[in-house]
Amino acid sequence: MYLIDDYIEADSVDEAVNLLADNPERLIIAGGTDLLIKMRDGILENVQMVGIRRIEPLRKIEKDEQNVISIGAMATFNDLVRSELVQNNIPIMAEAAMTVGGPQIREMATVGGNLCNGMPSADSAPALLVLNARLKLLSKSGVRLAPLQEFYLRPGKVDLRPGELLTEILISKEDYLNFGGCYIKFAPRKAMDLAILGVAVTCRIRVTGIFDLVRIALGVAGPTPLRCEIAENFPPGKPVNDSIIAEIGRLAVKSSRARDSQRASKEFREHLVVELTQRALKSACNRAGGISYD
Amino acid sequence: MASGIIGASLPRLDAMAKVTGKAKYTGDYFLADMLVGKILRSPYAHARVINIETSEAEALPGVEAVLTHENVPGNIYATAGHPHSLDPERGDVADKTILTSKARFVGDEIAAVVAVDEITAARALKLIKVEYEMLEALLSTEAALREGAPLVHDERGSNIAGSAGYHVGDIDSVMQQADFIFSDEFETGIVQHCALENHVSYAYIDEDERIVIVSSTQIPHIARRIVGQALGLPWGRIRIIKPYVGGGFGGKQDVCLEPLNAAMTMAVGGRPVKLELTREEYMIGTRTRHSVKLKLKTAVSNEGKLLAIQVDAVSNTGAYASHGHSVMLAGGSKFKYLYNFDAIRYMPRTVYTNLPVAGAMRAYGSPQIAFALESHLDNIAVKLDIDPVELRLKNFNRVGYKDPNTGNQILSCGVRECVERGKELIDWDKKRQSFKEKNERGSHKKRGLGMACFSYGTGTYPAGLEVAGARIILNQDGSVQLQIGATEIGQGSDTVFAQMAAETMGIPMGMVNVVSTQDTDISPFDTGSYASRQTYITGMAIRKAAGEVKNKILEFARRISDLPADCLEIADANIILKDSGSIIMPVAAVALQSYYDRQNSEPITADISNNARVNAISFGTTFVEVEVDIKTGQIEIIEIFNVHDSGKIINRQLAEGQVHGAVSMALGYALSEELLFDNKTGKPLNNNLLDYKLPTILDTPVIGLDFIETFEPTGPYGNKALGEPPTISPAPAIRNAVFDATGVAINRIPIRPQLAFEKFKAAGLLEGGDQVVPD
Repeated sequence: MYLIDDYIEADSVDEAVNLLADNPERLIIAGGTDLLIKMRDGILENVQMVGIRRIEPLRKIEKDEQNVISIGAMATFNDLVRSELVQNNIPIMAEAAMTVGGPQIREMATVGGNLCNGMPSADSAPALLVLNARLKLLSKSGVRLAPLQEFYLRPGKVDLRPGELLTEILISKEDYLNFGGCYIKFAPRKAMDLAILGVAVTCRIRVTGIFDLVRIALGVAGPTPLRCEIAENFPPGKPVNDSIIAEIGRLAVKSSRARDSQRASKEFREHLVVELTQRALKSACNRAGGISYD
Repeated sequence: MASGIIGASLPRLDAMAKVTGKAKYTGDYFLADMLVGKILRSPYAHARVINIETSEAEALPGVEAVLTHENVPGNIYATAGHPHSLDPERGDVADKTILTSKARFVGDEIAAVVAVDEITAARALKLIKVEYEMLEALLSTEAALREGAPLVHDERGSNIAGSAGYHVGDIDSVMQQADFIFSDEFETGIVQHCALENHVSYAYIDEDERIVIVSSTQIPHIARRIVGQALGLPWGRIRIIKPYVGGGFGGKQDVCLEPLNAAMTMAVGGRPVKLELTREEYMIGTRTRHSVKLKLKTAVSNEGKLLAIQVDAVSNTGAYASHGHSVMLAGGSKFKYLYNFDAIRYMPRTVYTNLPVAGAMRAYGSPQIAFALESHLDNIAVKLDIDPVELRLKNFNRVGYKDPNTGNQILSCGVRECVERGKELIDWDKKRQSFKEKNERGSHKKRGLGMACFSYGTGTYPAGLEVAGARIILNQDGSVQLQIGATEIGQGSDTVFAQMAAETMGIPMGMVNVVSTQDTDISPFDTGSYASRQTYITGMAIRKAAGEVKNKILEFARRISDLPADCLEIADANIILKDSGSIIMPVAAVALQSYYDRQNSEPITADISNNARVNAISFGTTFVEVEVDIKTGQIEIIEIFNVHDSGKIINRQLAEGQVHGAVSMALGYALSEELLFDNKTGKPLNNNLLDYKLPTILDTPVIGLDFIETFEPTGPYGNKALGEPPTISPAPAIRNAVFDATGVAINRIPIRPQLAFEKFKAAGLLEGGDQVVPD
């Protein structure tokens, strides 16, 4: 049962922003794969909505002269999977996008919706966190740029202010050039499932087999997707080897804030953080070309 | 079987209609003026209804009726889809009313609304104010069995719904003299059928003041009787129609919606009312599979001969009995045919709790018993240092074994051949050795092999009545109409029935029109689709009816041709001379004359019923290879093979389909599926297909299979059960493979990564060693 009081489909970004300015309560519906479920379950009722699916520019994935990659908020997961630009520059995004739902969901669901829905299990979030993504938020009063890390407030709640529309996700070249990356989704099923834990790792390796930089982000290891700063601070300058990687895995737990739920216990999640951070980092190292693990 | 129809992979009759969307299911029908019914379910696991205030709901525009226990019939009835028992002592437990004044689980049916549309009905539900007096929620069998526990059903005097068992031989003396006694404890989770089509029905009162219910049911004739009992109306006033059904698996071998749906239409002057459950309602508001805790104690000789077994089982039937204790009795009676024990003591108890109602589900108690027994045997094999296959081969029964309690006999048995074939398919001996060596090298990924066996009955005899009807009408062009009371619910029964009729009558499949819809006003009596009974029990009726029609055709041919009937035969829809094969006339000519010959006109029909007082025993095995990721608890099926002795296979492709579906169901049972409830409130935590982990196609390996085709002498075409059996042995086989891979005996299913992690940790497998390899 979908109790919808009012639905307007915006043809342009301006129209959408105007509609939101007129009525900040208006809900933005992108792919609908989260919103419609909430409505069916009666969590949302009698809503007024603005549809943004027809706004083609919001779906673009492109790179500017400074090599800043811009992902339109309305890019679907299938758009990410199929984009050569994504595959060639930020393959971890395509890898994460491929783990979302099933083929039908990936065709409808958008990366902007995935972020704005604010769930700790959003598969795009850990990957975008390690890419230091910034969000371009448009409202009648202008553009606001916000780092993704500061966007997440608590489960289901992001810093999307009244009247704001997420239009683009920006990734700078210093956050992806010469990095190797890997996203591991740990879920009971191989499709159509939510992560019990998501681990995204990117790393840069000095030619001498020394870690230059490691970035780690976790999904479902706390109330929001999070970065593992303690673990990230450890490797720079240290050699790429099993014991260093094992230590990074152990340190990653220090930033996690897992809890018990019917899906998995805190203890199991923390064990998985240690294990899967190592696995993701080793794959990332392989892809960064620094060392070969196989 | 010269025609080759029996055994061929003929396409199912409804394939085109189903893939093109032409086939209509209950939910596809819309009548003018149709209303929508919705159910108000209890938010509490155990609570007495003190007061229900419905006036606000009634006042909502578009609401046509509000029903509560105060204005619907209050007859207490049993819901289980079994034949009526003439002996009141042996009938199913009657403990259900259409709507209840006492909530017995979260989801129990307290009130209902009939409205012009779904939104109005849902709004009206929110306007019904129910005042409850809270009672202690009994959320486990331990809580329900505790001294002084409140009663789920006051009038029954106990929370034990049934405790009958059986024994064979003198177990105490056998146990005393045995070389070894082994004990183990096991537990299985609550799972749900998850048929593609949720429960749905619609009901109206027809021109003759009779109540017509169109329902997605496995058991139309039984549903008619139960609706009559629930409403307190003569059974003939009820008419049940069953269109195409999108899966049942036992969940629709029960009467869940029909009495309330009938009460709904009665409340609105007979206007049609549709009652369609959501997935969330279906998963808790219909039926589940019993969770069972089992204690096994087995006496074994030095040589590995199984001597005696004691099984103590506690089954959680939830808030209402439904099939109740029958499930434990059935499950406990079927393993006897597999292994030759000198003595058995089977002590099951079926216990009421404040959880959703457990009922019939594919293989009816056997998956639980087999999980425990087959896992137990592998534990024993390891302790005795015997290959698990050898242990089983030493102890299998043979043709001629007679069930000491019932006298029913094994007349065909291919279990040894099944096991030999399974070994060969998975390359048992070679891999067992090579995996041991590889696993010792210390990777976090371990390989293992496991196997398990089962025996199973065909139909319910001698516990239940096994009557089936078939009617065949020879049409004017020589084709036939085949009417049966047995229900096609997706398993392919209509197709194999057509094959059977064609085979016996000597006509091609294309000349058999199966009437797929069952209508209790028209269809012959048959108790329905369950217990893997249809090809066997209904098959007997079809063979009898087809034989009768054939004889009548030949007799008619004799009359018009003056050739003696016993020198005639039918082949390829022609009457031929038996010896020479020369064609006398087409069946079509006989058919036409049977209608219009001015002297001899007597259209040919047969309308028969068959009461089968036999039960054929099916056998089979699963062999499986797994890879266990010790560090994450993930279990991957590398290869799986089911090998079955189901007698003669009637339609190879449909038989393979049954095995594929049943193994897939068992994979979920073994590894991922379990309905979970809040342990304080009893609220369901995962009654949806996101949180309840039904495997997807990506989680399903290629399912290998083979058949050992014995010939079952009591089967109408040499056949015996296949519908349920393939779901019995995969779970213990997988568990045994994990045991082989890791040395850790996990005695509970599902083995989700969380549980595997806990067990591996407890066994010390996670200590030390940071050897991690990337995927």
